[in-house]
Amino acid sequence: MREILCVVLMVIGGLFMLLAALGIVRMPDLFTRMQASTKAATLGVSCTLFASAVYFGELGITTRALATIVFFLITSPIAAHMIGRAAYFIGVPLWEGTIIDQLSGRYDPFTHLLEGPPRNPEKVEPASKEH
Amino acid sequence: MNLSNSTLIDKAIILVLAMLTVALLLAFFRLVRGPTLPDRVIALDTIAILAVGIIAVYTIAMNQPVFLDAATILALVVFLGTVAFARYLEKRGRQ
Repeated sequence: MREILCVVLMVIGGLFMLLAALGIVRMPDLFTRMQASTKAATLGVSCTLFASAVYFGELGITTRALATIVFFLITSPIAAHMIGRAAYFIGVPLWEGTIIDQLSGRYDPFTHLLEGPPRNPEKVEPASKEH
Repeated sequence: MNLSNSTLIDKAIILVLAMLTVALLLAFFRLVRGPTLPDRVIALDTIAILAVGIIAVYTIAMNQPVFLDAATILALVVFLGTVAFARYLEKRGRQ
């Protein structure tokens, strides 16, 4: 029973990591690629670590695997947020099919601070006109 | 490993390691090709996460739970590397 659970978790984890790598290759721009890699890869690596915890079934190993999973769940959104923020500031182009960029023009290009209240979404022009 | 009379878990380990190898190759393709620097950074990040996954499968294959420590340390180092990359990218500003 434990072996079957371990196999299922391992295969699910491998599939999600494969999907993450496929998303990194196939997605059209940086931000979509980033969300594919961050979410799917985190789920995949959590599944494989959990599979090893199930396989060994000892307290110390399970604790280590769960600590690594929690660490991934905490750090990968932070890393993705920082990379996305840096990429937005250095002007990485958006996909030409992007419908709305609610941040366009709201960041001060020098101090990197948000300015002004949120705009009405209907009035924001599509990002494709800007580059 | 002898595939002809292997158990279910051995076959699953071979399958998952093959999938992770293909995923590593795909991420490496994006690392080489990536049109911008942040693309390369997220490709490196993904490669490291895939390495952690490979270590987790390898602990099961070799029946050696000690390797999980290496996975934890790798996760730590990768997070610091990505954050440092992002910080300096943002500091460098628009090209």
